[in-house]
Amino acid sequence: MLPRDLKPEQFSGYPPEARKLVTNYLGALQRLPLSFLPSLLREAIEYDFKFPAERRTLERELANLGSLSAEQTADWFQGFAQIRLSPGLERFDWVNAPGQFVEQLSSYLWTTHQLDAFRIAATNYADRLRAAVPPEPPPVPRLVITVVGQGVGAFEEPLFRKLRAHGAYFSNVKPENGLEVLLNLVAARAKAHPAPYAHWYIDGGQEANCDAALTCVSYQRLEPARAALLGKMRAEIERPGMGPEALRTHLAQLRPADLGFGKDGDAVLDRFQVKLLTEGSGTQIFSTTFAQWAAREALRRAQPLTLLVRFAPRQRQKPMNELLAASQERAELDPVGSLIDGDMGAYYNWLNLQRLTGAAQASFLAWFEEHNKAVALSPSTPRGTASASATSMRELLAWVS
Amino acid sequence: MAVMKRSSPQELGRQLAWSRREFLRTGAAMALGGTLLPSGIAMAGRGALAGIPSKKKKVVVITFGGGARDQETFAPEGQENIPHLMRELIPQSTFFTQVVNRGILGHYVATASLATGVYETINNFASLPPEHPTVFEYFRKDLKRPSSDAWVVAPSNGFNRIGESNNRAYGPGLGASVILPKHLLTAAMSGRTTDYEHLLRDNYESPLFAPDLGGNEFQLQQLEMMLKLSVDDFKAHALTLSSPDELSVYIARQLMRQLAPSLLWITMHDIDIAHAGAYSLYIEGIRRTDRLCAEVWKAIQSEPEYAGNTTLFILPDFGRDSDDDSGGNGFQHHRTGDALSRTTWMMALGPGIREGVVYDRAMESTDLVPTLGGLLGFSASLAQGKPIAELL
Repeated sequence: MLPRDLKPEQFSGYPPEARKLVTNYLGALQRLPLSFLPSLLREAIEYDFKFPAERRTLERELANLGSLSAEQTADWFQGFAQIRLSPGLERFDWVNAPGQFVEQLSSYLWTTHQLDAFRIAATNYADRLRAAVPPEPPPVPRLVITVVGQGVGAFEEPLFRKLRAHGAYFSNVKPENGLEVLLNLVAARAKAHPAPYAHWYIDGGQEANCDAALTCVSYQRLEPARAALLGKMRAEIERPGMGPEALRTHLAQLRPADLGFGKDGDAVLDRFQVKLLTEGSGTQIFSTTFAQWAAREALRRAQPLTLLVRFAPRQRQKPMNELLAASQERAELDPVGSLIDGDMGAYYNWLNLQRLTGAAQASFLAWFEEHNKAVALSPSTPRGTASASATSMRELLAWVS
Repeated sequence: MAVMKRSSPQELGRQLAWSRREFLRTGAAMALGGTLLPSGIAMAGRGALAGIPSKKKKVVVITFGGGARDQETFAPEGQENIPHLMRELIPQSTFFTQVVNRGILGHYVATASLATGVYETINNFASLPPEHPTVFEYFRKDLKRPSSDAWVVAPSNGFNRIGESNNRAYGPGLGASVILPKHLLTAAMSGRTTDYEHLLRDNYESPLFAPDLGGNEFQLQQLEMMLKLSVDDFKAHALTLSSPDELSVYIARQLMRQLAPSLLWITMHDIDIAHAGAYSLYIEGIRRTDRLCAEVWKAIQSEPEYAGNTTLFILPDFGRDSDDDSGGNGFQHHRTGDALSRTTWMMALGPGIREGVVYDRAMESTDLVPTLGGLLGFSASLAQGKPIAELL
């Protein structure tokens, strides 16, 4: 089937709000090339479980598509229209399984050497959309804080090397009550600028005190879900003929109830957490990977005003089959390796912050927990500078926020 | 970042090559080759392995897998991770800064493409042979070499079909013997692998999956017969090693000592732990691979069958995603197909190869097989790549 054949009843399997959204724009969707449309439907089918920022982005994109004439649509999508698809892809049920279609499309593009053409088409479309529908600026400057190195006694090698060039490095921060000060600050921001899913605290281990005004996600809190997931993964891997692609497809179909989430929870957040575990590579086994990926996805999807990410020690590397076994024994930890993971994770958090609107006004802080090293990046922070003066966490925060 | 987004893939490839050249000039005191010295190719002298009798010529290929980026290797901040390449190997090598892989960026299919000189399109995760003749088949058929003269050592069980294609004119019986050290160790331990777990990691594209075996892998009984290595000695030595790639190099050295194959292909894979997202483990993998490459070169110098008549090639199958591409997650994967993940490098060392020279013209990873044909004297008739003139 091709997009021009779309009919409203074909979306009967969509959740109610998603169905209403796409049927409102059916005419626009019918004009889109098949190499593009399922990627859009992959987002639309999740509309009921998306964060407010994502919903607005999707609504604005669809409104823009709806405003284009047939000629304009052809012009916008000429790169996608030149992608050749197989009859098998055309026959695929891409309306009801757009995510699986996109996986197969990706494989097909690699195999037929069309990936570069697709990348160019996608980049051009994103640029054009951004120009036509500029993303909304945040109501207040964003603040992202990354805390690394929990459990590390001494570490003499340089930290935050990738971040220092963009801000000020502090080598004499007073660490007393540092985490508490940071948590109080993010809670205060949440209360001062209340909005759903706008203020986050992500912990790669056992979360500290989490204010009710914050959206909290932690590796420890998800332990029952991770154990359930690892059990399902082991069972799938042992099935004959199972490979990474089939496993990924299977995982993508899991829903919160499959991993033990209750019916009374936050459906949007539960779905987000399940995706962290089922779509993130390594998030099931390494807490540092979980923290980095959760922060990336929170920034990309929820576009928060405030985000505090705290890395915790991950388990040591072991063979994959053992890591997947989720033994009841206490895992041996690798604090120093986790500090290095977190250092890179802090850099990635800053990069992902730069991809959001208002990046020029945003502030960023990374701190070596319980130690005296930190780096601060903000519009008022001189780049590439260093300070050895004794600085309290409050002073540091006053400088960046 | 903005500049990177606006550049074409070709331009980005050139920028990467230029950066690598500058890094090497400052970090390893390399001279410039062909692009800045028009007479560079003519100055290359007699060519690799020239003057060595055909039967004596040997080639060892190491794939620096599964892919590392410049930030963690050749860039100034990354050079601390590759001290052996920088100080020992690169100064002795001819270095190519812009080797582009235009194929599928999955480790098995990309390694198969390197070995066939054709961008293979086989399923990366299936236990399938390459569709085009491998370098091992060209070598053995054209030069009438026995099976003991071409070997592949691969750490991942997913590489067990890499030795020979299903091409009708070549194929079964003409390929390389494939040895999978981890599989061998598991067999040697009869399933009791508690003390050897660190050597049995398999991270074949995904931290979630270890592929099943199929094909004609090296059998345990051959351990003693061909490698002159008792199961007990093998197990005892394995205990002193720290990773699958270390186990691979140990087996490769054993092969060099006992069988001295003329064509030896070693696929490194420790670096691919990056897929699990732990940066420190990725860096550990790079440092280990750097050390192991130097160990193989030392072994070549010290083994009488190899010293003075062997060319060593080191090249990644491809790179990893750029930090700047929002579609990826930086070092973790190689899924975006961006210029950084496609543009890699190659070094060649050995008799007749100019030392300390850098070439930054664009070439393709499929050029390796025809080049090996030029060095060893076989015709890679179905390969798509072109021989590298600077080495011949």
